[in-house]
Amino acid sequence: MKFKSLLATLTVSSALLLAACGNGDGSKSNGAAGSGSSKELSGTVQIDGSSTVFPIMEAVSEEYAAEQPNVKAPIGVAGTGGGFEKFINGETDISNASRPIKEEEIQALKDKNIKYEEFEIAYDGLSVVVNKENDFIDKLTVEELQKMWLETGKVKTWADVREGWPKEPIKFYSPGTDSGTYDYFDEVILEEEQMRKDTTLSEDDNVLVQGVQGNKNAIGYFGYAYYLENKDNLKVVPIVNSKGKAVTPKPETIMSGEYEPLSRPLYFYANVESLKKPEVYDFINFTLENAGPLAEEVGYVSLKEEEYKEALKKLEQHKK
Amino acid sequence: MGFINHEKVAGKMASRTAKNSFVKGLFLAATLFGLVVLAILIYRIITQGIGYLDGDFFTNFASRRPENAGIKAAIFGSIWLMAVAAPVSIILGVGCAIYLELYAKKNKFTRLIQMNIANLAGVPSIVFGLLGLTVFVRMLEMGRSVLAGGLTMSLLIVPIIVVASQEALRAVSKDIQEASYGLGATKWQTIRRVVLPAAVPGIITGVILALSRAVGETAPLIVIGALSFVAFVPENIWSGFTVMPIQIFNWTSRPQTDFHDVAAAGIVVLLIMLLLMNSIAVLIRNKFSKRY
Repeated sequence: MKFKSLLATLTVSSALLLAACGNGDGSKSNGAAGSGSSKELSGTVQIDGSSTVFPIMEAVSEEYAAEQPNVKAPIGVAGTGGGFEKFINGETDISNASRPIKEEEIQALKDKNIKYEEFEIAYDGLSVVVNKENDFIDKLTVEELQKMWLETGKVKTWADVREGWPKEPIKFYSPGTDSGTYDYFDEVILEEEQMRKDTTLSEDDNVLVQGVQGNKNAIGYFGYAYYLENKDNLKVVPIVNSKGKAVTPKPETIMSGEYEPLSRPLYFYANVESLKKPEVYDFINFTLENAGPLAEEVGYVSLKEEEYKEALKKLEQHKK
Repeated sequence: MGFINHEKVAGKMASRTAKNSFVKGLFLAATLFGLVVLAILIYRIITQGIGYLDGDFFTNFASRRPENAGIKAAIFGSIWLMAVAAPVSIILGVGCAIYLELYAKKNKFTRLIQMNIANLAGVPSIVFGLLGLTVFVRMLEMGRSVLAGGLTMSLLIVPIIVVASQEALRAVSKDIQEASYGLGATKWQTIRRVVLPAAVPGIITGVILALSRAVGETAPLIVIGALSFVAFVPENIWSGFTVMPIQIFNWTSRPQTDFHDVAAAGIVVLLIMLLLMNSIAVLIRNKFSKRY
């Protein structure tokens, strides 16, 4: 009881605090949510999955706690694959994912007789970065990226990538093989071939940032948020898209789809059975209504307005 | 004394004393090395984290905004976890040590158990996480609760407690045990009144070291499904939870450098908690040492 009342006062005070300092995006999202749900709900929404989606969900859950103080929405970070494993076991209501669900995961869900619904929550633009002192690199094509990162490309120095670039050995940095970011890069750039073995892999993207910062001939890639935070110390490389235009990752180019193929949607999957619980339904409703500005606040890119509306319609079909 | 060639001795004297002071310097350096590393570590962490170490840090939950982020859920989670893990692991660990040391016959079977416990103490923590996931979370259907987490942690630290307690029990002088039997005390009376009190300082040291390890563990808890964002304090043993190392790890992996400073503040809190635990151990040890 003591804990409960303490908790209540705390959530109320933190809600006040949030409302007080939330200008612009914050207050807008609070206002929008206020109209969405009026009655008090309680219960727990079990969320787990991708560490890439985590900051967005955390922001959503934090705002939702102000909205519905009696609903608990804790979030785990088991990774996209680990999250799906729990989702398949029926342990979670919502599974965050930085890649679409895989064929074998769909099959496993079918075997367990679990129906799911896929929602997109935001965009991320994988940013290819080089050292600040690198003054010759102006853009890279997908072919060049592929040649550089593949074991079979036999690239050792910048001169091997393009004529006229210095004959200095390149140092490669990449997210670890467990991450959805690696999976995505591997799929769209490397076409699921083996990445070169001398790449420095790290599950901690900050290690990659520091690696590229500290080595004049380094190249690496990671989520847009990590570039955004370190843009004064890194140089981002424009990537030539399928229309032949070199595009820099920016919220506008990522949202419009012009920055391709390296911009990707982030997902969350909901257990259809769980949607019957009012708190889960309401939480997802709140997520789709507020994810845009919250995603931008934590360094991701909002979906288009109509995409959220479509998702809300998709959700409404499950309203009983 | 013609046997000693004083000239020769004097000739070697300089190099001998030089060697002597060199070795002394070497060992002093080895001792100071740890101290210097610790000092640098603490200095760096405190200068980084001090800006976020205020009252709000202890009363706020995690947040997407570094200035609002707090460690409350993690502190309570860690305390709850200890509250489950400590009694379970102490009862199992000390009980096992007493049996092996004072009751069991020394035969092949006990040697096998002994060897297994020593091996268990060296098993990587993530393996215990997987065990906890299959047995506690899935088979016994405890879910991702404090209870499942605490029991997994006890599995991890029981071997350490057993080994340390056995050492402590073995060190109790045989003479006073024999004296106790000589006065007509039963085995249990001897254990309770003579052996255990004498062994308590050693046992407690082992227990606290083991619990300190548990407080700092992340991997097994991630495996069993401990959470990363929790905006509530566990209410009972069935609640979901997060612990301090998970929260700190989560902050350090953020892109925003402000969060790295928040993480430093979290590390300071974790260090203080560990220091407190160790001081309690020292207090208990001193109290019992005086009696015996």
